[in-house]
Amino acid sequence: MLSQRLIESLVGLFLIFALVALSILAFQVSGLTTLFPPKTYAVTVSFDDIGGLKVRSPVKVGGVQIGEVSNIQLDPVTFKAVVTMDIEDQFNDIPDDSSAGILTAGLLGDNYVAITPMYSKTVLKNGSEIQFSNSAMVLEKLIGQFIYKIGNGDKEDKTGGGDAGT
Amino acid sequence: MIARVALLGRWGIGNLIDLGKAGIMLNRVLVRMPNLRKGFPLVLQQVYAEGVLSLLIIIVSSLFIGMVLALQGYHTLTKFGAAQELGPLVALSVARELGPVVTAILFAGRAGSAVTAEIGLMKATEQLSSMEMMAVDPLHRVVAPRFWGGVISMPLLTMIFNAAAIYGAYLVGVRWLGLDGGVFWSNMQSSVEFRADVLNGIWKSIVFGVAVTWIAVFQGYNSKPTSAGIASATTRSVVYGSLAVFALDFILTAMMIGEW
Repeated sequence: MLSQRLIESLVGLFLIFALVALSILAFQVSGLTTLFPPKTYAVTVSFDDIGGLKVRSPVKVGGVQIGEVSNIQLDPVTFKAVVTMDIEDQFNDIPDDSSAGILTAGLLGDNYVAITPMYSKTVLKNGSEIQFSNSAMVLEKLIGQFIYKIGNGDKEDKTGGGDAGT
Repeated sequence: MIARVALLGRWGIGNLIDLGKAGIMLNRVLVRMPNLRKGFPLVLQQVYAEGVLSLLIIIVSSLFIGMVLALQGYHTLTKFGAAQELGPLVALSVARELGPVVTAILFAGRAGSAVTAEIGLMKATEQLSSMEMMAVDPLHRVVAPRFWGGVISMPLLTMIFNAAAIYGAYLVGVRWLGLDGGVFWSNMQSSVEFRADVLNGIWKSIVFGVAVTWIAVFQGYNSKPTSAGIASATTRSVVYGSLAVFALDFILTAMMIGEW
């Protein structure tokens, strides 16, 4: 039987070991940078089509993440999607005539909101709305347009050929 | 024919009686005035016996599980040209599922069986009865420290299992198969969520810890005081413990994903 003191120190080491493992899981594996979420302010923007945007999708300016999407709702009157974004307080100098668009990270990646800054002197504040928005690019629509164009092109070619024949 | 039905009924009633006994025992272990000065050293000894001594098997098996996951994942992911997603694959499957479940099953085999055999032998050699003769409640002196020791050890072992398994995957994926280390970690960080993935896994492990040690302690306390009785109690402790882990895992996963 080990002495109580040795057992106590071994159990203490075990606890420290487990806490080190937990902090590795938190910081190295799940990329938790701060224990307390940074202070944010809310900005809304409405889109015709948000594609695959989800709550907690990143909000970026020039590729750098400055916040995340906190809420997505449908406006009952205009049938537009109203996206609320939480932007970190340290980025408090974004001009209020900036435009927001929904882009895709890579060919098959997730959607994110990209804000393109403009030149107005007034800045976005808590509760303000971004006026200019570009909807998400939906691959099916693009393919549809493409096929429609090809179909039209063929028809023109045929009629053109017929004209040449006569 | 009627005799068969009666046999089935007796089996069912017996199981229900056992379940009730286990519930009463858990109630008597939990609901009492905690005596920190006397109870703490006892719990500490059990954390040592169940947690620290299980560390070796947990670390070795987690390293191997991480390495095998990396090998298998790499082999399959390269077919789709997505080998850079190896980090998220390993981290998510370990943190959400494999870590808690495999730790709980290893724990049931390594520590749960030992607890059952120890309490069963104490009962067979009438140590428990002699404690009662000395006005020492064996539930407080023997059963409660073992229960709490297991409940405390399980989540700690799971954290160590998770970290070691992911490090094992890092060894195989980055050091051996030549993936880029930065891509491995940054893809993992962008898809693993601390609350939804890591913390939920640890919640699971706490529930498994309660279930496995409760079953182990009860099987020992309720065993027939013979050598054959201890043998069958130890077997039942491991079998019931593992089955309870799988069933609870399904329920907990459904709750966490389906947001009941």
